[in-house]
Amino acid sequence: MLKDQIKVLQEQIEQERQSITSKEELGAFWQKHLGKAGSIAELMKGMRDVPKEEKKTMGQVLNEFKGMVNERYEAMKKRVDELELEKRNQAEAVDITMPARIRPMGGLHPITITRNEMVNVFAGMGFDVFEGPETEDDDHNFTRLNVQKNHPARDMQDTFYLSPDMESILLRTHTSPGQIRVMDMKKPPIKVLVPGNVFRSDSDATHSPMFSQMEGLVVDKGITLCDLQGMLDQFVKEMFDENVRTRLRPSYFPFTEPSVEVDVSCFECGGKGCSLCKHTGWIEVLGGGVVHRQVLENCGIDSSVYSGFAFGIGIERIAMLKYGINNMSVLFKNDLRVLKQFQSL
Amino acid sequence: MKVPFSWLKEYVDIDMTAQELEKKLFSCGFEVEELIDLRDGMDRVVVGIVTEAVKQEGTHLTICKLDCGEYGKDIQISTGADNIFVGAHVPVALDNSVLPGGFKIKKKALQGIESYGMLCSGEELKINDDIYPGADVYGILILPEDTVPGTDIGEVVGINDYIFDISVTANRPDCQSVLGIAREVAAILKKPLKMPATDYKESGYKLEDFGIRVDAPDLCPRYLGHYVRNITPGESPRWMKKHLALCGLRSISNVVDITNYVMLEIGQPMHAFDMDTLQEKQIIVRRAAEGEKIQTLDEKEFTLNPNNLVICDGNRPVALAGIMGGLNSEITGSTTQLLFEAAKFVRDSVRKTARSLGQNTDSSSHFEKGISEYTVELGMKRALHLIEELGCGEITSTSFDCDAGESKEGKHFTATLSGINKILGIEVPEDAVMDILGSLGFEVRKDGDTLEVTAPRYREDIEIGEPDLAEEVIREYGYDNLVPTFLDSAMVTSGGLKPDQKRRARMKQIMVGDGYFEVSNLAMYSDEELNRLHIKEDAPERNVARIQNPITEKLTIMRTTLAPCLLNVVVDNLKMGTQAGRIFEMANVYFPKQVPVTESLTEIRHLGFAAFGNEEDFFTFKGTAELIAESLDIHFDYERCQDVPYLHPGIAAYVMVNGEKIGTIGKLANDVTAELDLPKDSKDNLKIYLGELDYDKLMQFVKKDFKFENLPEFPEVTRDLALVADEQITCGQIEKEIRHASPAVTDVRLFDIYRDPVRIGIGKKNMAFRITFLDRRKALSPEDINSFVKKILGNLK
Repeated sequence: MLKDQIKVLQEQIEQERQSITSKEELGAFWQKHLGKAGSIAELMKGMRDVPKEEKKTMGQVLNEFKGMVNERYEAMKKRVDELELEKRNQAEAVDITMPARIRPMGGLHPITITRNEMVNVFAGMGFDVFEGPETEDDDHNFTRLNVQKNHPARDMQDTFYLSPDMESILLRTHTSPGQIRVMDMKKPPIKVLVPGNVFRSDSDATHSPMFSQMEGLVVDKGITLCDLQGMLDQFVKEMFDENVRTRLRPSYFPFTEPSVEVDVSCFECGGKGCSLCKHTGWIEVLGGGVVHRQVLENCGIDSSVYSGFAFGIGIERIAMLKYGINNMSVLFKNDLRVLKQFQSL
Repeated sequence: MKVPFSWLKEYVDIDMTAQELEKKLFSCGFEVEELIDLRDGMDRVVVGIVTEAVKQEGTHLTICKLDCGEYGKDIQISTGADNIFVGAHVPVALDNSVLPGGFKIKKKALQGIESYGMLCSGEELKINDDIYPGADVYGILILPEDTVPGTDIGEVVGINDYIFDISVTANRPDCQSVLGIAREVAAILKKPLKMPATDYKESGYKLEDFGIRVDAPDLCPRYLGHYVRNITPGESPRWMKKHLALCGLRSISNVVDITNYVMLEIGQPMHAFDMDTLQEKQIIVRRAAEGEKIQTLDEKEFTLNPNNLVICDGNRPVALAGIMGGLNSEITGSTTQLLFEAAKFVRDSVRKTARSLGQNTDSSSHFEKGISEYTVELGMKRALHLIEELGCGEITSTSFDCDAGESKEGKHFTATLSGINKILGIEVPEDAVMDILGSLGFEVRKDGDTLEVTAPRYREDIEIGEPDLAEEVIREYGYDNLVPTFLDSAMVTSGGLKPDQKRRARMKQIMVGDGYFEVSNLAMYSDEELNRLHIKEDAPERNVARIQNPITEKLTIMRTTLAPCLLNVVVDNLKMGTQAGRIFEMANVYFPKQVPVTESLTEIRHLGFAAFGNEEDFFTFKGTAELIAESLDIHFDYERCQDVPYLHPGIAAYVMVNGEKIGTIGKLANDVTAELDLPKDSKDNLKIYLGELDYDKLMQFVKKDFKFENLPEFPEVTRDLALVADEQITCGQIEKEIRHASPAVTDVRLFDIYRDPVRIGIGKKNMAFRITFLDRRKALSPEDINSFVKKILGNLK
């Protein structure tokens, strides 16, 4: 009797079980079968009518049945939870290809980026960074750099003057006055960089009245021209490419003797000749030389004990070479479309 | 400096191509800016003999048959020229030939007749009479009868030649001549230098009553004069004309050509005065009197002052010293006697006069670079030799030498071989050093390591001994012999940025993080830029340093504020179609300590920033200021700013630290916006915000030392407070009062504001603040908070 009821109920449960997919249906199922007034509780009541000798077995059967229904319930619950989670996840899903909400970042100017990189290379070699004034006097910009009054080299650098005498106060034409200022403050060993703006009174497609230079100065005992080349070799390798070499050739600056122009082997074509190096295999990048003895003496440094080298690098030139910029005016136009390209550097 | 290859070869036996020589010159410090090939690509242009010339009926053409030797004996070519005759030797551009300049010639039909090339004029070969006589004739160039058919035309007219356009460094004025470059080439090639002839015979004739006097020896340390009479004016010989032409000068007459020739060859600018025009039988070299006038050869008149050196006769200036002769004493076709001048005028004097008068000549350019007395002497001798060689005058025995007494010796000094090597960092073999210095004209006496050196007289750049010699040695020995080393003998130093430099780099990164792009502007602009921002005449920004020699009216003053530059960048970007953006610049502004400027300017570093676009408003922009403050652990206060003319009086603030103004932020004023150079309709809703902080001043408030602070043991407590206030009460005022109520207040933040005329009242607003309290010593109880609130409310009453 009871057995039959169990069998019927079991079949019913197996059938119901298939259609349960929600928490609500699951609750109803529990109520209907496992609740206080549920079908199993009802069956329990039927135990009263079971003959005594069968009670034990029937009780076992009934308990097993209840256990089975509970198991079924737990399994269903697990499945329903999973389904619910899946539903929720689906409902919450977004189109991850839609645009992000960000405060877009800005970027440094390519000259700053280049300058920072140059400073980093030399800082690693033990260079300090000194920044002198942009408005200078004749003494620092010319005279103590061995550019005497009436020196033809004063014509090499078209100077903007601020003082009406057109002589005493000017916008520095190079970062070299930094050499004097550093040597006035500090005695050897000196290894210093002087980056900054410089000014020349000419302006055309390849010249801006203001541009940036980086001066380098090393003064110590026994410094030679070979040291200049060795250091610049290292610099261009780190700045451009491991395989880049330097070439020195004679030049003239009043504050160095010997003076050199420094070319690097073309990193575009490896020296075979291309449009970047104008088919020469070499690119002019900077000037330098052995510090003129008079310049050391002008700063109270004994030139019979100490020697040094100095070099001056045009930062725009390096930036143009490094980033393939073929028109300098790009660097001065401040077009955000241009600046954005340098964001990741 | 233009140097013809063929001319160089007259002094040095050069056994290499022009291209090879170019490389040698380059590695010795003489950069050839351009190697000009006079053939300019010319190919297959040869001598031909006209064997037949038939006029084509009804056209202007003549059909010719030409014998071009190996290229064909019967080549048919039509020509429009009418100076053709049978038997004429002419330049023939064959089929598939190229004219100088790259123009290609191919056979084609002219009026139905096949023409297998072209007969050429001098112009088509890019030559003139001075290069090759007859080249200027209108029509086909007729060549001499002894020219052989089939011969390359370049060979015939002498354009198988190159011009070296050499960039000579400022320390080598001695190389501003063909001879000067030849000296270097001889040294490079280790070949002897064949000096140009300078011998001549004087006639013995003496002029008794003529005198030369230099009244300004400081400006003219050497002045040579030589009297030449019985001049036979005429044309120069072909070789001279051609040399001048190759260097870009036209032949004028024998005497004038000699002066130009000597300038090109020796580097000595010469002048010749017509003796008959000189008054009072004298030459005086003196400073011009104030207001004195001269008309130069080019018929320009100049008013002079005592800074200008002039050559005068007894009464008036007859030449601007070193620049140009006067029209009044010019050599003409009727000149019969002349006075040659070769002088050394000091470079600065010539430069200043040439600049101030705007009269720059080949001569002034030579003097500005520097002329040695050696050159003066050599130039005069060479000019006299040429008079004799050309047979165009009698060299009298009347000569003058006004000498301020500068040394006639080459510079003499002692150096050591080891000293030279110490500068270079390599051991250059002793023989090589001696050989190089010798070939460069140095006299060297060696005694062990010691060198007794006498520099050539023309090398006035040599001054300090060993470094100079080191340069001479290495440029000839070869820089590729250097062995790069890495400061083998130097002390190790630590390097890197100083704290303030690091902080600046970080500040830039903070701006970048807030969406700003760094821009770079010129440090100078014009008053117009300040006007555009309506900056008042008496504003501090008007205290500017002026550039005394501006190159454009747009760059006349040093900037005193970054704002105009930033605004320009914004406007430029809007014009380019960029609708929104943020930019910043960290750069100096400049103030004179006094006007006119007599000492260096005060340079103050500013941080300027600007934002534009629909997404921006005052508070997004203020957010940047707050970010800057936070990054420096500084608190900014803001005060309404109504007196910065380019900022909106209702949407601008002074940025304050500890009661000191350090800058401004705000929206661009409506009236300034309206005047921007942008389409009118685009300006209506244009939102531009400008900020500028005195970065140097700001840095004074940055705490020097950073110390970690333990986290508070007790929790923070927040309390929200809603207050009804009059409309004119600012958020900042209330915030300040709340902060002042107790040191336990660590943060005050407005989080809501609303207005309701019915429930709150007209002219009032309800402001909700969230206040954070913290006491590091104890846990704050609700009673503590209540008492703070009581105090706050009391303060606010």
